[in-house]
Amino acid sequence: MKVKVLYFAGLREQLGTAGEDLDASPTTVAGLRTLLMARGGVWQSALAQGKALRVAVNQEMAQPGTPVKPGDEIAFFPPVTGG
Amino acid sequence: MPVRIQTRDFDVGAEITALRGGNPKVGAVASFVGLCRDANDGEAVSTMTLEHYPGMTEKALEKIVDEAKARWKVIDVLVVHRVGELKPADQIVLVVVTGAHRGEAFAACEFIMDYLKTRAPFWKKEQTPSGARWVEARTSDDAAAGRWEQPKSDAA
Repeated sequence: MKVKVLYFAGLREQLGTAGEDLDASPTTVAGLRTLLMARGGVWQSALAQGKALRVAVNQEMAQPGTPVKPGDEIAFFPPVTGG
Repeated sequence: MPVRIQTRDFDVGAEITALRGGNPKVGAVASFVGLCRDANDGEAVSTMTLEHYPGMTEKALEKIVDEAKARWKVIDVLVVHRVGELKPADQIVLVVVTGAHRGEAFAACEFIMDYLKTRAPFWKKEQTPSGARWVEARTSDDAAAGRWEQPKSDAA
């Protein structure tokens, strides 16, 4: 299945990309994170468990167990600092 | 639209006048303006760049405004947040709440800012003499937002 993955702020800079279309079959947010970490290098360190990261699925805040379906837009980003 | 994301500056007086719209039921206007400071965590800040997540930002802010309207009896709400490059003393964010009485307007305005700080996808990057750095989220902001999660009465 195809999903759209986006990266913002410091994470975007660390990974060197703002996003990608991914052909993969993760069933949850946690599964997608594990799949991306398996790329190794900066992917493994920037997305490591324990890093304070937030995730949104289809522009709504999500949890590790949130399901991922074909066509979804999943965004990874650091805790927000607006205002 | 109660929510606007823009690069350009805003005129607080004009925004308040427009939101009031001459409505004689408005007895109170509470507003908050967030500004760019020239120093943070002991370092001088020369430029601040605000990044956001187009699409989600508007949705998140509209949800916060809806929640404020459900909790307090307010008449209207406006949130304006700037993105892009800002300098010290520049305006960053404006929240305006109109209501019949000040209690609801004050409470809703503070609630919206506290939730905006922790739930709306904005990120600040600062230029300092030792280089560029992303601003880290503060636990005090989480604590401020957490206050509103307590069961509350409508006595605000």
